[in-house]
Amino acid sequence: MKHKTFFWFFLPTAMAMFLFIALPLVSVVSQSLHVPHDKVLITVENCDPFGCTSQTQIDHTLTQVLYEAEPLGQWAGLRIYFDRGHLAIKEVGEMWRGSSDLGDFFSTLNNLPFYRAMGFTLTFTFLVTPFVLLFGFLIALAVNSLHQRLKGVMIFFSLLPMIVTPLIGSLIMFWMIDSRGIIGTALQVLLDNPELSLKASTGLTWVTLIIYGIWHAAPFAFIVFYAGLQTVPKETLESAMIDGATRLQQIIHVVIPHLAPLVAFVALMQLMDNFRVFEPIIGFNAAAHATSLSWIIYNDLGGETRLLSSAATTSVLTIIGISILLAPVLVRTWREFNPKG
Amino acid sequence: MSSTQIKKPLGLQVLTYGFVLLWFILAAFPFLWTFWGSFKVELDFFSKADWTNAISGVRTQVVYGKAFTGAGYEGAWIQEEFWRAFRNTGIVCFFTVLTSLTIATLGGYALSRSGFRYSFWLLIIALIFRALPPITLVSGYLLPFFQWNIWGILPTTIIVLVAINQPFTLWMLHSFFQKIPKELDESAKVDGCTQFQAFRHVIIPIMWPGVITAGLFSFLLAYNDFAVTAMLLSQDNQTMVPKIASFMGTTQVEGNVMFAVAAVVSAVIPLFILVMFFQRQLVSGLTAGAVKG
Repeated sequence: MKHKTFFWFFLPTAMAMFLFIALPLVSVVSQSLHVPHDKVLITVENCDPFGCTSQTQIDHTLTQVLYEAEPLGQWAGLRIYFDRGHLAIKEVGEMWRGSSDLGDFFSTLNNLPFYRAMGFTLTFTFLVTPFVLLFGFLIALAVNSLHQRLKGVMIFFSLLPMIVTPLIGSLIMFWMIDSRGIIGTALQVLLDNPELSLKASTGLTWVTLIIYGIWHAAPFAFIVFYAGLQTVPKETLESAMIDGATRLQQIIHVVIPHLAPLVAFVALMQLMDNFRVFEPIIGFNAAAHATSLSWIIYNDLGGETRLLSSAATTSVLTIIGISILLAPVLVRTWREFNPKG
Repeated sequence: MSSTQIKKPLGLQVLTYGFVLLWFILAAFPFLWTFWGSFKVELDFFSKADWTNAISGVRTQVVYGKAFTGAGYEGAWIQEEFWRAFRNTGIVCFFTVLTSLTIATLGGYALSRSGFRYSFWLLIIALIFRALPPITLVSGYLLPFFQWNIWGILPTTIIVLVAINQPFTLWMLHSFFQKIPKELDESAKVDGCTQFQAFRHVIIPIMWPGVITAGLFSFLLAYNDFAVTAMLLSQDNQTMVPKIASFMGTTQVEGNVMFAVAAVVSAVIPLFILVMFFQRQLVSGLTAGAVKG
């Protein structure tokens, strides 16, 4: 295809991505380096027959002048990155010096919003991902051995937890685990503890969110692995069987190596998606016990005062986190495409 | 595969069926339970005293004289004006899918037919964009949208959703077009067609399976979005998902949890129908990236 034809074909999508992804990205980075101007305050003295009172007012003309001179706001450099709401360099330094051992240090670190969110985000990501892989694989193996007609039904119902909006899925779960809901009540009876509430403690909230995460994502792994199982070479399996391999040995030595590229694919997609965990926290109303990086951004942006600079800074830090997680994918795609050039 | 295998021992068979049954219950039960419960009153839906109340609807019978009631739906759709959110979601999804398919089809086709190095770089950039969580971009949208006075309306959200959809749709359609042999449109060009005519007369008639699959995922992305729609739409223009989130705050206080339950069920039903009709396309779309990579 000629350069010129390519240009016209590609222009609309390029414009969309440039205007609404690339430019906002630049704007986010620039916002994170600036703080909004302070309003210019002036003191006005009002004198009437009963005496003079002084009053502080906002000078709108001067404020306007400031905004026009520097529309981005005051240059703040990395100040927002280092403040208490984000990396909190000073506070972390003090805690490091003040704490007796590592465990103590990490528990005090938990008082800082950014690190608390980071703690949950990473725990969620690195617990949900392996369990999703494991469950997805087990479901795929089990469903694959079913009768043809049952397979279709299972795939249909398996797709539901994944397709349904995370917020809605977590709300459905939230009502069921309510202390008056069916799962909540069942747990109270089973554990013989009528006071038990999954929403009350941090630990149980984390467990709930992680189980929800696995429930939501396992179907994806299942579908991918199930498709992979259809392509396992029969000859290899047969020869393994003739050589006397047990079922388990066949799975370990034939099936799993065959699925290895798919495992890598699912793992990377999952790392990416779990790192942005956000809707379940809203759905489970769990912000008191668990916050994530995305939730911090949402929280800064919502509400009456939109804290744009603070949200932008967390956004940049999230993007940096994502790039570290995803560096392996990029390298892999690079290698895949490069020989072809 | 099963024909070549020796018959499974009974223990393993029981274990397999047990596990499948367990997963089936885990996957399907929450939806069936909530659907059934949405026709009850709150005291039945949350019945601490006796869980069978939620099935038989004892208290619903006391209040309404029968075991089922549409009161939750009436409250949500009419009193809380959920129909407005439903309509908005419809508009947003329709235009998002239409626009993003149109421009991604052109772009994806161009990428698959251009052997130059820049097409590789464009794909890499799209991949990076795909990895960005949409919420990290929102603070970049707000200031200009406020300034130009286009915040809160549906067209703005549609354009943003189209753009956010692009990287994924582009990748999907690119790998789909690559499977269509180049010789097809090359021969049309030899016969004197321009590139666009070749695309129009040769590619468009055979591209629908891939486009439908990409469209489904575009639709799901727009339908399920919360981060962008919650931040960029005003109260009146909210789509279903942010509307349900804002229900949570208000209805919990007024004791109208059943409104929210009814709204949630209403939002799940279209997805249920979608999976029913397009199961095969969804599965092929999910595995397309994997099998290729």
